[in-house]
Amino acid sequence: MTFSPKLEEKFAKMLQAYPEGRKRSAVVPMLIYAQDEVGAVTPELIDEVARRCEVPPLQVDEVVGYYSMLHRKPMGKYHVQVCTNISCLLVGGMELYEHASKKLGIGHKQVTSDGQFSLEEVECMGACSWAPAVEINYDFYHHITPEKLDQLIDGLRKAH
Amino acid sequence: MPKKLYNEPSPLETRVLSARFGLENSESLATYVANDGFKAFRKAREMKPEQIIEEVKTSALRGRGGAGFPTGLKWSFVPRSSPKPKYIVVNADESEPGTCKDRLLMEYDPHQMIEGILIAGLAMDSHKGYIYIRGEYRYLIDHMDRAIAEAYAQGYLGKNILGTGFDFDLYTHSGAGAYECGEETALLDSLEGKRGIPRMKPPFPAVAGVWACPTLLNNVETFSAIPVIIRDGGAAFAALGTPKNGGTRLLCISGHVNKPGVYEVPLGYPMLKFIEEIAGGIPGGKKLKAVVPGGSSCPILKADECDIPMDYDSLAKIGSMLGSGGMVVMDETTDMVKVALRIMRFYAHESCGWCIPCREGTTWLRKILQRFDDGGGRHEDVALLGELSKNMLGRTFCALGDAAAMPTISIVDKFADDFEKRLAAREMVAV
Ligand code: FES
Repeated sequence: MTFSPKLEEKFAKMLQAYPEGRKRSAVVPMLIYAQDEVGAVTPELIDEVARRCEVPPLQVDEVVGYYSMLHRKPMGKYHVQVCTNISCLLVGGMELYEHASKKLGIGHKQVTSDGQFSLEEVECMGACSWAPAVEINYDFYHHITPEKLDQLIDGLRKAH
Repeated sequence: MPKKLYNEPSPLETRVLSARFGLENSESLATYVANDGFKAFRKAREMKPEQIIEEVKTSALRGRGGAGFPTGLKWSFVPRSSPKPKYIVVNADESEPGTCKDRLLMEYDPHQMIEGILIAGLAMDSHKGYIYIRGEYRYLIDHMDRAIAEAYAQGYLGKNILGTGFDFDLYTHSGAGAYECGEETALLDSLEGKRGIPRMKPPFPAVAGVWACPTLLNNVETFSAIPVIIRDGGAAFAALGTPKNGGTRLLCISGHVNKPGVYEVPLGYPMLKFIEEIAGGIPGGKKLKAVVPGGSSCPILKADECDIPMDYDSLAKIGSMLGSGGMVVMDETTDMVKVALRIMRFYAHESCGWCIPCREGTTWLRKILQRFDDGGGRHEDVALLGELSKNMLGRTFCALGDAAAMPTISIVDKFADDFEKRLAAREMVAV
């Protein structure tokens, strides 16, 4: 398996970052960066990361279930994450999540039939003082209301 | 360009660590150097490692991640003469609900933290460091990577830094979504490429941390405080706060306030004044009901307990903690059953499953609270919630079990009325 030249360059540097014989350390970062490009943690990807980090595939496989951002099935092109943890909850985070679910017609960790959107109710994402907060892929959106969320989603739909 | 801040600063703040926030290109090395940057590193280079550690001890700086352990003491535990390599690890896995300050320290002033790491490197005789950043903060990982590249390019990292003969390499390391990895030994396992399961202590990370080598692990804010301590002296930093609680800290206030945000104040700042004057009070003239003082793991305070100075010891005295600086304010309309449930859903989700009291405890507490919220609560549940939580305290490898138990115990103790009201409402319907 090969990745884009940019990612290959990143991985080459990454493997240098850890001391001799400690390539296993690159497993988690490599998985997450590669997942962004491949779309999911596939069996081939597990084998590839294992090969590059010089560990048995099992040692890569076993971390996948532990980290909530790693997934074996592809999420939507736009992965909408709504925080409902305490600070967000107090200012409408739960309503926002329910609104997003209705608007997209999907539930927690589900993907729309066209593969464009997926939804996840997430834990605190470090935006508590600017709640309620949403992260779409890796972009943060603060002080989000149901109306603003509609605009965001409609905008992404159009861009498609 | 001046960077748009996430929230308006308050004139009542004491901006020490955040002094450069909002400056033009505040994240650039040039801005940092033009505004006192790297003076401390040059000074530290002339000091003996013991003197650096002594200065940090004098500053009365305490860990800003949550536990509040004296930083200088932690530094003194690392055996600098060990023949093994020593590592510096920055905990940038900010994920304690209510907390969003490390983000700003990295975003607005990354070189301040880098300088703090380098000074720690001098003190520990360490030449390699890792910044473990939560995966959700990808934009910050990229941002830190750019800052690190800039520092290498201009001789502030790498070989023979600023001609001093000191070498240091620094890297970012991405997490991938796991609250548990904020716990230091779980973070180290994660950094080694494993599931983030907490380790039995001792040995402590200072002696056997990452790859079984001596490791100094501190929070983003803790490292960010080091340059000013070395530059202006530990005593000056200590004097900003109260005895044994040196300096200022960044507090994140959220929930029911008019001006939620991150504000820097001296340790010991009065909590009510902070809520009223800095954060603009509670919207709609509503009354205060409860405060989470420092992240969702802390025992919750009732309104009448909030007339206190915010320092580690004052919070400890009333049975709570200053924690991670994530303060959540709740007005009189807040339903504490819902709050308890949401907090427990979080811990049940994040429990790594390693220790049975935590895995089973959080699961059952969540189920009981969910049943209560769904209208199926029983009178005896209130006592059961308290009892179950108390049985988790101190019975797990890491602090996650306690973190789940403590807020729950405080809610059923202090806000039993909210549970009773639910039961009464149900009986009314039944009649
Ligand atoms: S609680 Fe929602 S971002 Fe922290």
